[in-house]
Parts: sequence; C-alpha cells; structure tokens
Amino acid sequence: MAIVVQKRDYSLTGPEGKRAEERGLAAAEWYATPIPRAKMKELMKRKDGPAIRDTLIWFATLIVLGYLAYLSWGTWWSILAFFAYGTFYASPGDSRWHECGHGTAFKTQWMNDVVYQIASFMVLRSATPWRWSHARHHTDTIIVGRDPEILTERPPIWKIIVMQIFHLYGGPIEIKRFFLHTVGRMEVQEKEYIPPTEHHKVFREARVYLLIFAAVIAACIYTGSILPAMFIVLPSFYGNLIVLLFGMTQHLGLYEDVLDHRLNSRTVYMNRVFRFLYWNMNYHVEHHMFPMVPYHALPKLHQEMKSDCPEARPGLWAALKEVIGALRKQKENPAYVVVKPLPPTAQPYMHDFDKQTEQRSQMPL
Amino acid sequence: MSGEWIEVCAVDEIEEEDVIRFDHGERTFAVYRTDKGHFYASDGYCTHEKFHLSNGLVMGNVIECPKHNGRFDIPTGAAKRAPVCVDLRTYPVKVESDSVFIKID
Repeated sequence: MAIVVQKRDYSLTGPEGKRAEERGLAAAEWYATPIPRAKMKELMKRKDGPAIRDTLIWFATLIVLGYLAYLSWGTWWSILAFFAYGTFYASPGDSRWHECGHGTAFKTQWMNDVVYQIASFMVLRSATPWRWSHARHHTDTIIVGRDPEILTERPPIWKIIVMQIFHLYGGPIEIKRFFLHTVGRMEVQEKEYIPPTEHHKVFREARVYLLIFAAVIAACIYTGSILPAMFIVLPSFYGNLIVLLFGMTQHLGLYEDVLDHRLNSRTVYMNRVFRFLYWNMNYHVEHHMFPMVPYHALPKLHQEMKSDCPEARPGLWAALKEVIGALRKQKENPAYVVVKPLPPTAQPYMHDFDKQTEQRSQMPL
Repeated sequence: MSGEWIEVCAVDEIEEEDVIRFDHGERTFAVYRTDKGHFYASDGYCTHEKFHLSNGLVMGNVIECPKHNGRFDIPTGAAKRAPVCVDLRTYPVKVESDSVFIKID
C-alpha cells in the first residue's frame, strides 16, 4: 500500500496551531522525571563564577584568534585563521545567547542581560523577539503550528540545512526583520508570540543593530577592505557550521506533537571543547525538562535523570549520523521517527499524541 | 481585604528560601519562606503561562518560574523579568501557633 503524505503547515498562523490547541498540546503539562525537591534546589542554584570564567576565556580566545586572523590576512592561512575565529565567535555566541536568555548562566541578573544583548547581536538574533520565540519553543517544544524554532519540517527541506552551513537561510531573514523592526513593523508570525508591551524594545534594538551595521560598512569603505566586517557581522555567516551541527542534534529525527521531552529531544555526549562552545546544551533532554538548571549543573542533572531517559548518543558524529539517517527516511516517509528504548528503571513514554499524528499524516491510496 | 484566614501548614514544613504549593478548593497558591524567614503567599500559577511556581526557585525575595525563568518579586508580586509582564496577585500571610495562614477572599 502506497503512502500519500499529507503536508503539514508549520507556520504559526496556519490551521495546525489551532489543531494543537484543540488536541490539548498547546501550553500543556509535560512529563517530568521525578527528582526530590532538595536535589532540584541544589541543581538550580545559581553562581557567577563559572560563567565569568567562561566569558573571560571566550573573549580572550576571540582576541588571540582575531589577532592571528589579522596577521594572516592576504595569505592562505587566513582561511584557517578566520574559520577558527568565526567558530569561536558564532558558536559560543549562540550558546551564550541561549543561556543568558534563560537568565540562568550568571547569578547576577545584569550580567545575563549584558551578555545576552552582545551575544544576540553576534548571532544576528533580535534580542527581544528571540527571547519570546524561545519561550514559546519551551512551552510547545516541536508542536507543529506552535513552535517557531523547528529547524526543518517533515519531509525535511535539505536546501535550508545546506544554506545554514553559512547562515544563508536564517541570516537574511533576520536582517530583513531588522529593517522591518526599524520602521516600527513586525511580521504577523512574530505578533503571535511577542506581546504588544514589548514591541517598543524590538524596534529600539533593531535601530541599534542597524547603526552598528552602518558603522561596520563605513569602516569597510574607509579602509577600502572587507576586513572590519570579517571581525564583526560576517563571522555569524562564515562561522556558522558548528552552530548548525550542534543545533541539528537537538530535535531533528525525533517525535513531533508529544508532551515528553525524552521523545523529542536528544542528549549527546561531547568532548570538553565542544561542551565549552555549547555550554553543555548537549544535555538537551535535561535542559528542556528542567530549564531552570544552569548550564554548569547539567552534567549532574544528567546523572540524576539517566535512569529515566533513553541512552545518550555517544558523540556528535554518532548523533549526526542518526539525524541524517532519520531525515533521509523522512524524505520518503515523513512519519518516520527514531524510537529509542528506555531502561527498565524509566517511567513509560507519554506518546499517545504521536499515534494520532501518524494516523493523520498517512493516508492510504 | 475581606476574606478568611486559612491554615496552610506548620512553619517548619517550608524550608528557608523555598516555596510550597497550597491548593484550596479549585484554587492553587504558592506560599513562600524567604532567606530572612519571612512568609508570603501569591497565586500559584505564573501569570505568563499556567505553570506552578511551587516548582520554581526562590532567590532572596525573588521567585523564578520553572518553565520560562520569568521572575517575580515575592513580597509585592511585581513582574521582574520577561517573559512575565503581568504582576502576580499576593495574599496576606500570618504565623500563629507555629502555623502559617493565608487570607483568601
């Protein structure tokens, strides 16, 4: 029997959002691994030390790599030097944006806010819109029609993934939004999750971003070189590879429309360098289930939760192999998902909603 | 504020710098004990989305929602950090005979 794929509308303004609400998937109660309150309080505890240390290391590394890149300009070595600079610009930019957006990285709130604003610009994400977008992503993780941060739909659009190697899909969309926000307008989709009381912040931030862009362009014209832009703005494009690879491991190939993060998120073991770049977001099931646990406590949270979770992928490449294999299968059968067995100590999955989804997405001829 | 005083729990059932959930009828409340030993009470759900604040983190006079990390000032209920924009409703609290009471209208 052939399978006919009923294409779903992933926009936030289409019929899927309403359907998710009707099915009780919107702003729903999610499964949480039972952890004693005393242990949770210990894990949630905030500190300034780890994030101050990591931020100093990050900027010191950027200065050193930036200097080497500057020295190499005009030689073939510059390809390697700028790849390293771009990677250390964009990847920690992404993870610091994320953690400081949650407000958990530092104990001192203004430190979260300052790093959040800097990192948002570095990765070309409007600070306020993305704060709200990410809040929705946590409310309705991979719920079709509700989650604005689904990397690619099913069947997957490979063109988006390939373009994102150099941020050529998301980057231009964001720059277009900066212009829109600068003149006091927003996309209809953004209005779905950004409350009107926050709109003035969105417009103000966009104007600041465009002023910085103008300054960088002026510096390029003045020096007669694109070198200034190679240090600011362009690294978020040419340094995006690791951001993409880490991001692909988070949810791709897993379930949609479930209320159990063990089914729609993926935890991956990574080496120390990757965990520094990513600020431990490789513990992604743990982060989604308990977003108030700061990045530096996620390895401990993982130990608390692992008896209730499917086995973590042993490394980045193993995770990417799983993801790419799943995406290839979803090209033929969009209902395909990676199903991971749970250890005998775990509570059963909450995935009744997925059965309904599969029934809807597969229609016999 | 009119209303009746309802017994919540014994004083030592709430640890310092912590919060508990208290359900009464069809309503749910969060009852706090700060690091200074003061008791406060508020509506139990975050004003951003319907998540129990009792699973959140108390830091001094601030409660952080467990789902989106929005923050409120515990004594006043004032919204302190996005994504919360609407203040939390608070309720009078008293301690008598080693028990905590809240006044509900």
